[in-house]
Amino acid sequence: MNIIGKSVIRKEAFDKVTGRAKYTADELSVNTLHVKMVTSAYGHAKIVSIDDSLARQISGVRAIIKGSHELPLTGEEIRDRPPLAVDKVRYFGEPIALVVADRPAIAKQAADLIQVKYEPLSVIQSPSEALKADAPIIHENLLSYDKLGSAYPVPNSNIANVTKIRKGNIDQGLKQSDVTVEGTYRLSPASHAAMETRSAAAEIKPDGYVHITTSSQAPFMVKKLISIYFKIDVGKIIVETPFVGGGYGGKAPIQWEILAYLASKAVGGRRVTITYTREEDLTTAPCKVGLEAKVKIGSTKEGIIQAAEILYLFDGGAYSDKSIDVSRAGGVDCIGPYNIENVWCDSYCIYTNHPYGSPFRGFGHSEVLFAFERTMDQLAGKLDIDPLELRKKNAILPGHTTPTQVLLNRSSVGNLPACIERLKELVGWEEGKQVEEIDDRRVRAKGIACGWKTSTIDTDASSGVILTFNPDGSINLISGVVEIGTATKTVLAQILAEKMKMEVEQIHVKMKIDTQTTPEHWKTVASRGIYMAGRAVLAAAEDVIRQIKDMAAQILRASMRDLDIANGKVFLRDDPNISLDFKDIVYGYKFPNGHSIGGQIIGYGNYILRRLTKLDPETGAGQPGPEWTTAAYYVEAEFDKRDFTYRLQKAAMVVDIGQVLNRKGAIGQVMGGMSMGLSHAGRETFVFDELGRVMNPQLRTYRPIHYGENPDYLVDFVKTPDINGPYGARGVGEHGLLGMPAALANCLSAAADANLNELPLTPELIWRSKGAEL
Amino acid sequence: MSSYNFEYYKPKSIEEAASIFDQMDQQGKDPMYFSGGTEIITLKRLNQLKTGAVIDIKAIQECNVFEFHEDSLLTGAALTLTKVEELNLFPLLSQTVSEIADKTARNKITAGGNICGQIFYREAVLPFLLTDSELMIAGSDGRRNAPIKDVFNKQLLLNRGEFLVQMKTNRKYTEMPFVSIKRRRQWNTGYPLLTVAALKAEQGIRVAISGLTHFPFRSAQMEDALNRTDLAFEKRINLALSLLDVPILNDTEGSARYRLFVLKNTLYDIFQELEGDKLASIEEH
Amino acid sequence: MPVSKSTKLLINGEEKEVTFYNAETLLSVLRHKLGLTGAKPGCLNGDCGACTVNIDGQAQKSCLTLAIEAVGKDILTVEGLDSPIQGAFVDHFAFQCGYCTSGFLMNCHALLTEKKNPSDQEITKWLESNICRCTGYKEIEEAVKSVINFSNKR
Repeated sequence: MNIIGKSVIRKEAFDKVTGRAKYTADELSVNTLHVKMVTSAYGHAKIVSIDDSLARQISGVRAIIKGSHELPLTGEEIRDRPPLAVDKVRYFGEPIALVVADRPAIAKQAADLIQVKYEPLSVIQSPSEALKADAPIIHENLLSYDKLGSAYPVPNSNIANVTKIRKGNIDQGLKQSDVTVEGTYRLSPASHAAMETRSAAAEIKPDGYVHITTSSQAPFMVKKLISIYFKIDVGKIIVETPFVGGGYGGKAPIQWEILAYLASKAVGGRRVTITYTREEDLTTAPCKVGLEAKVKIGSTKEGIIQAAEILYLFDGGAYSDKSIDVSRAGGVDCIGPYNIENVWCDSYCIYTNHPYGSPFRGFGHSEVLFAFERTMDQLAGKLDIDPLELRKKNAILPGHTTPTQVLLNRSSVGNLPACIERLKELVGWEEGKQVEEIDDRRVRAKGIACGWKTSTIDTDASSGVILTFNPDGSINLISGVVEIGTATKTVLAQILAEKMKMEVEQIHVKMKIDTQTTPEHWKTVASRGIYMAGRAVLAAAEDVIRQIKDMAAQILRASMRDLDIANGKVFLRDDPNISLDFKDIVYGYKFPNGHSIGGQIIGYGNYILRRLTKLDPETGAGQPGPEWTTAAYYVEAEFDKRDFTYRLQKAAMVVDIGQVLNRKGAIGQVMGGMSMGLSHAGRETFVFDELGRVMNPQLRTYRPIHYGENPDYLVDFVKTPDINGPYGARGVGEHGLLGMPAALANCLSAAADANLNELPLTPELIWRSKGAEL
Repeated sequence: MSSYNFEYYKPKSIEEAASIFDQMDQQGKDPMYFSGGTEIITLKRLNQLKTGAVIDIKAIQECNVFEFHEDSLLTGAALTLTKVEELNLFPLLSQTVSEIADKTARNKITAGGNICGQIFYREAVLPFLLTDSELMIAGSDGRRNAPIKDVFNKQLLLNRGEFLVQMKTNRKYTEMPFVSIKRRRQWNTGYPLLTVAALKAEQGIRVAISGLTHFPFRSAQMEDALNRTDLAFEKRINLALSLLDVPILNDTEGSARYRLFVLKNTLYDIFQELEGDKLASIEEH
Repeated sequence: MPVSKSTKLLINGEEKEVTFYNAETLLSVLRHKLGLTGAKPGCLNGDCGACTVNIDGQAQKSCLTLAIEAVGKDILTVEGLDSPIQGAFVDHFAFQCGYCTSGFLMNCHALLTEKKNPSDQEITKWLESNICRCTGYKEIEEAVKSVINFSNKR
């Protein structure tokens, strides 16, 4: 292969290093009005009154919008969320009102003058609190809400949904187990903290067309949902998305676009823009779910796992939106990548008075793997088996079934044993002990974890691609994948170049999405960008090749079967000198006497994920995704036994992604995921006070990992092709992150000789686990 | 004047600055002195600060000195932390300020701004507390010099219209053994959990602490305890901690008890650094 | 009514007439008055570095600088940058979404201009000022070091 595998520089590289790449809030125009939000100061409270009289007097204010029962309820599965709070607020940062004004400073000045009076209500700050018999019900009208998906909320409770996994016979499995281990685990909501905060612009033209520009991973979903919520013809909604400054799942939900739309409506359709401050981006916008978990694993004394009994209580926050799907995905892959015949899991999505959850890189998997892989390590300890050996013994393989009872084969599952073996080599696992003393205070410790993931997305998710030609025979590649930093669009160009046997420089990629003219790619999430859009590109390429050959067959008077294409030419397979240049036929062909045939060649292709099903509500059986990618993770840290502090030395990861399409690009995605996973595991969490207020809503107090705090990284790949993926590739956007928190927790648990079952793993947490002695 | 704007002045002399302040004050404009301005800009955005007029002191010559004059080091309030660190005339000060915020922010944050700011860490004051420095303060009543312990109690106590011009430190202190240790909730960046600066003077060790409570301080009782040469180091530390009479912070960086734990170890590390040679022999008692 | 001044700012070697009010940050003036959107509003709090520019050769967070403080100074933004560090970032895959990139480039540029051969420790001290959420910082380190090594070899 010529271009597949090569580390092609991303197409938009030079725009990004010169400040010329445009993101949503960079598109400024003089006649745009500015929106500022007023947000909730409490985690749970009745709104007694909203006094905007002073705000209305500020010169330059064009509209003030408050919540009302007239506004439609929003939400992707359960429509439980008013776009602006009505009667009460359910989380700190919830939008209450919008001010639309001539300039940002005026909008802010007016927003600061809006007085909201609250009557605080008791605050629910954890799933287990929410499940108590006397817990206040956050959504009194839970049953009356419309449902768009297949959620099963429980009446008179704070339960938005429960996903049940019932595989085999759990009682039998536990009976067959010589040894069981059990653990409880906890992590609080946290944030994606993308460097670009959420931003949207909206305009409603007199012809009724709604134009929205948004920093989103799901512009096509914006279009659909705004149509449903506001009863507008879906064809009259046009959504544009330029470059996105990081999403990691947090820009898959719809929120800021709704506010922009309401603001524009309030000023007669004039163009408005809203850009969240960092504080709003951290708290108002949807965040990463929290989790309380209980995991029990039973195994024979040789270490063959017989049963897993699991309870996941996801902190979905104040509104369910995408949290339900995250909790569902947590059920789908509720165990690690192991062959376990008897699995019993209840995965709940619970309402609390926290900022509400959304997809976060891994879609529930890193949270679930933290709980499961910590339990695996404890099992290894109890059995006195090397932790990697235990994983390998139980590795899920072709011929085994997943918790949702999908029978796997060599194409649909990666090779976990190979990942483990390669990881061992890469990091020198067999050399030295797991914990080695450096001096009387410090030890060097290693920890591992394994992970896997399939996507849990709509069963009819699809992706489309259009190809058009330029007069020089080069191709424009138009796909609905958003360029959020994954370089997917560049890889699509590589796939096309490979298929067309052209130079990748001859492929021009349209970066910006425009839902009216760009074919839909379901959502740029789930590590399915290349998988789905890559197949659509290949289909479109086949379409174009057929059209080219059709034209050439007429002109060269040969059978289409005797023609081939390469380097921008179509030619006779057995006599390449008989050829036509693309540039002479892609806009139609003109014979010497002037007669012309054909016309502009336009190619199209699409791909839909095949034979996916919903999960059975009682057993969880079903096919949620097309394949399972597997990986092995490693963390090495230097731990100070006196201070309980640690320094990340090395982090390694081996993942089976089939054919690597762009090596440096893939390594970059993986390292970025590893870094984010370690950052979350080591330091990131919201800190709430007793009123449910976020105490650390800034990047100086909510701290992502900084340069110099990161470890050295080692990354490698194992290759088990997925027959369905383009050139045998699997996705890899999320996988770097998945097992990192678990690997770090296992490393530090060994180092500190403690059971560290809570995130983030701060020195204070470790000190507490060791008795909190002064 | 709308609430999102303010008037801006950049006087060239102390007298001009004080006079403008008075004028603005009388006009009800809530004037503030502006040095690096990082706090004014960020807190104003969050409505934690209101002002109708800022007076930028960065053009005032006395606020920018950084030099030895006879037996004193003069440190101007408008010096950026980066400049203080680069010229390194006072290594303890360099080490302490080099951990504040981050490098780029330190290109803007000034020594005086950090000392006079609302954000309570005020780590830049620690070396001046340790060295019994003198502060030169100016206002419409002219200039005055005052020992730091007379004018700094949790924060700098300035009369209305006054601003910090310079810090004056006896040269001998800038040459004494020192150490400044900053401990954080996690890894290498962020607000202090604790910053402890220490100096080994002739009479003994001095310590000044930021982040333990909501103001930076030096405690005479603590220092007495730490200098009890008749006690082993660990006992001295326990005694010092038992004499702590400040409320200990319990916040997003850490709990109160954890802070005590970290303080204990940090004091031990300070002894290690400043009295390392004595550590072994005294512990044998 | 806010008192807006019409003043000249020297940006990327060009003298530009702009109107802004006293409390307006340099970041806001660059983006809203001059259309120089390379510097980004990542946090407006000095915590992330995405707004970094160079003022008189020094890295400065433009969200922590009043535009009026920058009058009479030499302002360099990423749009005016012409430095080997840019190509190095491209070659080493030192960015993904690109949002933090302008800030990193301006900080790296100031570092490499001031110090010919910075130690690992110095590089860390400077680059700690910028957050990248997409990469793990390894490629950024390699890009910076490649420029140092190259200029040391010349």
